[in-house]
Amino acid sequence: MENRAAVLKKLFFSTLTLSAFTFGGGYVIVTLLKKKFVDEYHWIEEDEMLDLVAIAQSAPGAIAVNGAIVVGYKLSGLLGALVAIVATVIPPFLIISLISVCYTAFRENFFIAQMLEGMQAGVGAVIASVVYEMGSGVVRSRDAASLLILAAAFAADLVFGVNVAFIILAAGAAGVLRTLFHHRKEAA
Amino acid sequence: MHTLLDLFLSFLQIGLFSFGGGYAAMPLIEQQVVTGHGWLTMAEFTDLITISQMTPGPIAVNSATFVGIRIAGIPGALVATIGCILPSCILVTLIARLYLKYRKLDLLQGVLASLRPAVVALIAGAGVSILTTAFWGDGPVALGNTSWVMVAIFAAAFLLLKRGKAGPILVMVLAGVAKVLAAVLFAL
Repeated sequence: MENRAAVLKKLFFSTLTLSAFTFGGGYVIVTLLKKKFVDEYHWIEEDEMLDLVAIAQSAPGAIAVNGAIVVGYKLSGLLGALVAIVATVIPPFLIISLISVCYTAFRENFFIAQMLEGMQAGVGAVIASVVYEMGSGVVRSRDAASLLILAAAFAADLVFGVNVAFIILAAGAAGVLRTLFHHRKEAA
Repeated sequence: MHTLLDLFLSFLQIGLFSFGGGYAAMPLIEQQVVTGHGWLTMAEFTDLITISQMTPGPIAVNSATFVGIRIAGIPGALVATIGCILPSCILVTLIARLYLKYRKLDLLQGVLASLRPAVVALIAGAGVSILTTAFWGDGPVALGNTSWVMVAIFAAAFLLLKRGKAGPILVMVLAGVAKVLAAVLFAL
């Protein structure tokens, strides 16, 4: 690999461009990170990258941000992580800052107000189809515990108004118990 | 000063408890920003999700910038954005460090498997709030108060996503255009 300053510079500009031009969320950006750093630069091994992606997906927070952190950290330690994260955050920060300044003026315009209103139904449909796809994955797994967690979380959220963070913590705790139980069974 | 601290702490929670990427942050943002602090109305929140869909960058980072700037200007945007990525920075580097040392991730994967159904349920919950606002506005949820144009746009958008394999951005734009046409041609 090249010297550290050159690595950091390349890391900065590649994560910056990926972040600026990637639409469609974290999973897409993670794939592009892999293309860049595994296939193009050959800085990370394929298998190791798969595990790094798994870390990015299992830790809390945005996958694009997490992906940049793991790759940066792997390549150049804490400084690498910092460089990657700054580069990832700059584009959305600038774009949304500009939009939010114009938003109020925008919203007053009749056509834009109508447009945004229609888009509410559109984004609702996008979310509905995401839920449909993810939900049918859970249902098809025929895993009783997963179905139970799904139903309980839905009821806790919509019927009982339980704090979202508590629901996440409870499901995470259930996951820890399941994994430990599984290990015991395997050991026995 | 107090506002900045509130922004920081709210987005810190969003960063800490959103597992699974993409839409997973949405229910947490709704709870903090709409129901908790009243920084945005439900309609503004839906606009924010729409804008996030159409611009690069994770929903959580986009929301931090958008809400921060509207509540406390650029310092607000900075503080909120840092709050939302701080948990990732700490946890991801920690996990990456452990991984590079021990190369085992199965407890993490086990936890994630249990979180997934809960996250699907919470996303569904946020989708219900968005659609409630889209169909009934701020008024009561009653048959006579339903905006049938929005219901029709939603249904068409959903079908287009499922059957037509159209991308989410295109579908949202079409939904917006449909509403503008409905308003201009039929005064709906």
